[in-house]
Parts: sequence; C-alpha cells; structure tokens
Amino acid sequence: MATKLNAVDVLIVGLGWTGGIIAKELASTKLKIVALERGGPRDTNPDFIDPQIHDELRYAARHDLMQNVRRETITFRNSESQTALPMRQLGSFLPGQGVGGAGVHWNGVTWRWLEWDHQARTRTVDKYGEKIIPSDMHLQDWPITYDDLEPYYDNFEKTCGTSGKAGNINGRKIDGGNIFEGSRKDEYPNPPMIAAQSMVMFEKAARNLGYHPFPNPSSNASRDYVNPDGVAFGQCHYCGFCERFGCEANAKASPHFTVIPLAVKNPNFELRTNSIVLKVNLDSTRKKAVSVTYLDARGREFEQPADLIILSAYALGNVNLLLHSGIGEPYDPATGKGVVGRNYAYQCGGGATAFFDKKTILNRFMGAGALGTCMDDFNGDNYDFVKAGYIGGGGISCSNSGARPIQSHPTPRGTPRWGSEWKKAVVDNYDHAASVGNQGAVMAYRQNYLSLDPTYTDVFGRPLMRMTFNFQDNEIKQMIAQADICVTLAKEMGATKIDRNVPPVPYSIVPYQSTHNTGGAVFGADPSTSVLNKYLQVWDVPNVFVTGACVFPQNAGKNPTGPVGALAYWAVDAIKNQYLKNPGPLVPS
Amino acid sequence: MSTREKSQGDVGRRDFLKLFGAAGAAASTLPLGGSASADEMVTAATGKPDHQVADAPKSHVGYSGYEFFNVDESAFIEAAVDTLIPSDSTGPGAKELGVAIYIDRQMAGGYGKGDRLYLEGPFSEGKPEQGYQLPMTPSELIRAGVADVGAYVQKSHKSTFDGLSAKDRAAVMAELDGKKVELPTVPTATFFGLLLQLTIEGYFADPMYGGNKDRAAWKMIGFPGADAMYMDKIEPFRNKPYTADPKGIQDLI
Repeated sequence: MATKLNAVDVLIVGLGWTGGIIAKELASTKLKIVALERGGPRDTNPDFIDPQIHDELRYAARHDLMQNVRRETITFRNSESQTALPMRQLGSFLPGQGVGGAGVHWNGVTWRWLEWDHQARTRTVDKYGEKIIPSDMHLQDWPITYDDLEPYYDNFEKTCGTSGKAGNINGRKIDGGNIFEGSRKDEYPNPPMIAAQSMVMFEKAARNLGYHPFPNPSSNASRDYVNPDGVAFGQCHYCGFCERFGCEANAKASPHFTVIPLAVKNPNFELRTNSIVLKVNLDSTRKKAVSVTYLDARGREFEQPADLIILSAYALGNVNLLLHSGIGEPYDPATGKGVVGRNYAYQCGGGATAFFDKKTILNRFMGAGALGTCMDDFNGDNYDFVKAGYIGGGGISCSNSGARPIQSHPTPRGTPRWGSEWKKAVVDNYDHAASVGNQGAVMAYRQNYLSLDPTYTDVFGRPLMRMTFNFQDNEIKQMIAQADICVTLAKEMGATKIDRNVPPVPYSIVPYQSTHNTGGAVFGADPSTSVLNKYLQVWDVPNVFVTGACVFPQNAGKNPTGPVGALAYWAVDAIKNQYLKNPGPLVPS
Repeated sequence: MSTREKSQGDVGRRDFLKLFGAAGAAASTLPLGGSASADEMVTAATGKPDHQVADAPKSHVGYSGYEFFNVDESAFIEAAVDTLIPSDSTGPGAKELGVAIYIDRQMAGGYGKGDRLYLEGPFSEGKPEQGYQLPMTPSELIRAGVADVGAYVQKSHKSTFDGLSAKDRAAVMAELDGKKVELPTVPTATFFGLLLQLTIEGYFADPMYGGNKDRAAWKMIGFPGADAMYMDKIEPFRNKPYTADPKGIQDLI
C-alpha cells in the first residue's frame, strides 16, 4: 500500500540534462519542486576523479555509469513476425542512470540540427514532391522551425561552453565553420578544440575533394570558461576517457555540475535519489494527472501528488512511463491509430577504417569525446535525394575520442581474431589507423515502434517495453552510399589499406552503435500523429510535459543532445511564462 | 580469525580503506571485477606499507591462488589464454601477464555472477540479432564450456587441454572459433566468444584487475595508460612519436 505524501507543485521524473534545466529555470517561481531520480547521487569529486576514472574495464566495458538491465530492460524484435526477447545485457545503446543521467557519460557533441531536420516533410515535398516519400515512411515536420529554436540553442551552447566555429552568422557564410548550418545570432562561446593529427589529414582530404569540413561543436571546453550561470569549467585534458566516463576536469559539460547544483540550491527544491517511478496516476476524467507512484531504495511505495508533472527520463524511459500510465493512445501499426510508441527511430552508422603506414603517427590516445572534424555535404538536404536514392543523409566525420585498448585495437579485415598473427597486427596498426564515420539519419516508419511486451516483466512486476525496429531500404541505401564516400575520403587521406564498414542488417541489438534512441512520444501540430504539442505538453493530459529525444518525429544525421537541451529551455520558457499563469492546454487540440 | 579479518586488524581499518577502497574492505565478497584477493591484501598491506602495491613483485595477483576455478579449470584457462595470446617475438603472452587470474577474479566477482544481466524467463534461442539468451551467468557459462571442451579434448586427443602441444591447443581453439565442434552444454560460438573477450580484456585492462602485469601490454602497443593529460601535447606531438612509461591507476595514487 502506497504512503501518500504531501502534494507539491512540480514533480520532475529523471534528473539529467532536461530535468536539471527545468528544475533550475523554475527555481525563481518559488514553487515547491521535487525531482525523483532512479539512480544514485554523483559528484565529480569523488566519483569521477583522476586517475580512478581512467578505468576502461569498469566504465567502458562494464558500463558502471549506465542502466542496470537486471532491474529493467526492454524486449526486442526486428519485425512483428518475430517474438520479442529481452535485451539481457547492454549492447547497441547505453542509457544512463543516476544524477546527471546520460549527460554525465555523453561525449559532448552539441549540434544545432539543420533547418531541414526541423521541417523534413515540407522541405522534402517542396523540393521533390510527395512521391519521393516511401509509403510506409512517417516523415513529419517539427511543429516549430529552426528559427523558433535559435535563441534556445544559443542558451544551451552557452550553458555547456560549447567549443566550435560558426559557419553562418546572420546569414553570412563563414569558411571553416559549417556553411550548411542555419543562421546563428552569435558565435560559439569557446573557440574550436585543438585538432588531432587524423583530423588535420581529414580536413585536407575533404577540402581536396571539394567538401566543407569544420570542427565538431564540442562541449569539451577548449579553454577555462565560466558560463552565464557562473559555473566554472576547466580546460579539456584530451585524456581520451570521455564517452562512457565522467569528466575529472569539469571540462565536459554535464548537468551534475552545471544546472543541477543550481536547482539544488533552491530551498524549495528537493531531490530524492534511488527513487523509481512506476507510473503517473490520472484522475477519473483521464485528462489530468494527479500524482506518481514510486518506490524508494528500500522498496517502499509512495504516492507523490503534484499539480504539474515533467517526464524527463531517458527517451525510452519516458515512453515506457506513458505506456504504463495510460497517457495518450498507444500506437497500433495495424490500424495506424494511436500515438504513444509511434515513430521510434535510431541512428545509422558505418564508414571506413583507414590504415596508414608506420610513418603516420596519430597519437590516438590524445583524444576527447567530441574531438572531431565533420562535414555536412551529404547531410539533411544538402545533396540530391533523387540522385542519391535516399532521404536524410548523415554527417561524415573523423573523430579522435581516444584509443582505450580493450575496445580499440583496430586490425585490417582478414586478420585472425587471436594468436601471434593477431597480436602482430594489433601492434602494427594500433596508432596508425583512423576511422571516417557516417552518422546517418533514420526516418520513422509504420512498422518501427514501441509498445508493451506481453510476456516479460521488470523486477517491479511491470511489463517490459517492446522495441520493434529494423533498418529499412532508405537507411540501408544511405549506409552503403555514405560508407563509400567515407572510403573515398580515407583514400584521399593517404590510407594504404581501407576497410569499408556497414552496420549489421537486419539491425542487431548486440554491437554498440549509438545511444541516440529517438521518437515514441513525438511533438507535432496534429494530435492524431503526435503525443505532444509544440511546447512538449501532452495533448490529452495538459499538466504533463515530456522532454528528451523521444519528442523527435524522426532522427537526424546528428547527435541529439543539442536540440534536446534547447527544447528543454524552450518548454520551460512556455511553462513559466504561459502555463503557470493559466494552467491548461497551451495549444488548442 | 580469517585472513581478511586479520589484515584489517594488522593495518587498521583506516589504512586498509586507503589502500584498497571501501568496497574491498567492507564487503564479504569482492567488488565487481575484484581487484585483489584477501591473500594479496595481506601481503601488500603487511609487506609494503608505502602503498606501492603495483611495484611489489610478491604482491602481484599472479602469485596468489584461484578463487573461482578448481585446479583442472585453472590449468585449462592458463593454457587457453596462452594459446589465444601466446608469448612470442612481438610481445608478452596473456598467461605471463596474469590473464588467467584476471578471468578467475572476474568469474568470482559481480560480473561473473550476472550482476548486470537480465535472467528472467521464459528462455528462447531467438535470432542472433536479439543477442544473448541463455539462462546462464558468465561464470556458469565459462565453467560449463571449460568442462565441455575438456571432455571433447579427452575424447579426441586422449589428453587434457593443457597437456596438449602448443600446436594442438591452437588447432582445438581454431576448431572452436570455426564452430567445427558442437559442444553439448553451451553454444560453441558463445563460449569461445566470451573466453576470447575475457582474455583480451585482461590483457589490456588496468593491471589492478590482475592481468597486464607491469603494464606490459600497454608498453607493447604504446598506450600510455591512466596518466592521461595531453592538453599541451596534442599539438606539438602531431605526427611525432610520443613515448611515456605507461602508468596504471595504482601507480598514480
């Protein structure tokens, strides 16, 4: 039996980037705010200090900072004709857990998505007509444009101390930045990071081929920095222990040392860690949320009433909670009706591994999570969809995130997996190989979705969420074509041997690919194809807002955290300046 | 009095925590990827009060006993890792770097016991894309696989695996890798894949986990280890060799 607690004004479920931003921004309202985080508390000191954090086995191989699937996981199948089975260990993606969420162990690449990504349907139809869109593809616009979000992108970049070079300020294209980006009002808060040797080679090759390379926008601070909230960042150490790790230098922007301590300073804010939310409870009208049910570390059940509820868990966690709470109609691919779980998408990968002779010394271990050089010549709609044969390309980059040897000891294809020959190949190639990678968009499809599993349950007795996902023809064409482009670039870089890589098709949950799971609770202008309105407010239950990458109608050829953070600022602005003054739907349905 | 209790009594709880971390001292079982056995804690704590554990040759985990494997199993594992990464002119082998001990500690610890594995039924083989679907923890899988391969070698070669010549051991491993043998209890590819994964992990992991003794695998490839601060080096060392004596985590504390 749940113990009913005293009501609060605002309840935040999950305290990573978006929950942290909202908690911090609402501090000035004097409202009573409670945040429930399923994992434990974490601080740079003592949790991420040097040298202990430089432990590849514990953090990268054993996933110390990530979700423990022994407690909750998902089931997975490629298509409806299969029986979904549990993801028994982490593989393809690595959701976070604990204060700061995946914001602690991300790599810090902080994009503004391309203008096309915000209006993918309109811009595609305008240029190519309806016919280019496959019949099973749910290509949807965002309900807001890039220009609407521009000030909030700027806000997030400044919070994160993002290091980069603008390619378009007030419509003026700037060589050396990304000339394909939407118009910015301001430069990045910090200059680009120092390029590694492989990036210098990639940049030269890309220019030789007529492309437009630029430094990755990186929230690994290129210099000491104090953000507009007064939070101090250290300069990045280029230690090469970044993604999957916490940062010892507070150089990699993370909510645990930026927005969250500011939220915690508010006397009206309370953080409850090790608190797992089981569901949101609605009143008899099903139009209003009244409370959440959660368990504390000892398994005691509580009911926490609140006027306003923010679901700010990981993308998959938010959709899971909506399904368990009966908020929004679950999507049914047979009828095409329903919205929760619809438009789940993922990320394409692949590319080329370039092997060089021994005179080329890369010092790959001098790296950082977001250290890379990228080009958008084949991303968004910067190329010809008809000629290429696919919609939504990808960013192509040469990244230098580190060379931790358990997981990074590249050998040319055909090398044995063990024995003396393997060892010799490891030694010969360890510091003479670079990767040129595609990070490709994934469109949404009728047949790719999230729902509840009929068989398997988590340790709390709830059905697991079921993922039905496969790469479709559009994405397969993209991965193959973009891998070929990566091969051309690797050749131009002077590689003596090149391996072309395409991710497994059908999609496999086993090898790590990307922690960019998107969709399932998308925002839009039409309640029949979206869960949320343009302010991330649930159409059916207006006192619930949902943040995170689950709101994207399809995935872009870019990392999601930039727009995820910007949309949190956008949503909390609407909550503060519109919703709290007059609680109710902010957009008529 | 057990050795663990004794070791705490000898050095005092405060020093003990400083040496090995709270988890090792407080828990009755070792933490995930247990970094040290009770025996070596005693050796290190009493024999090397200046806390330079990694530099004390007698304290290296390679000199302590097996926690998880029995004598037949440890003989198999030592021979197996020696076959997968042999000692040769390129560099050290996995056995001499302590990788068998690494695997033993992993099997005895949280990872081996499935502390991050969803093990609820029903169980079904599924498609390869759906990943691992066995109702076994890593330690159960390794134990069963070692027994399976041992029985296979006994039948085919009238010998234990570790009793085979290096050439014959390599031939058996190649049969497993090529799925030429169907093992009765565990899927051959799953067992061989985990054995190889663990061997490579132990070879390249921080030495505090029992393998990569004296950071020898890092020295071999030129990875500078845990002492990683390159903000003033990344530009001057572009396309130039950077050499440093690699440091493990315990070398830096």
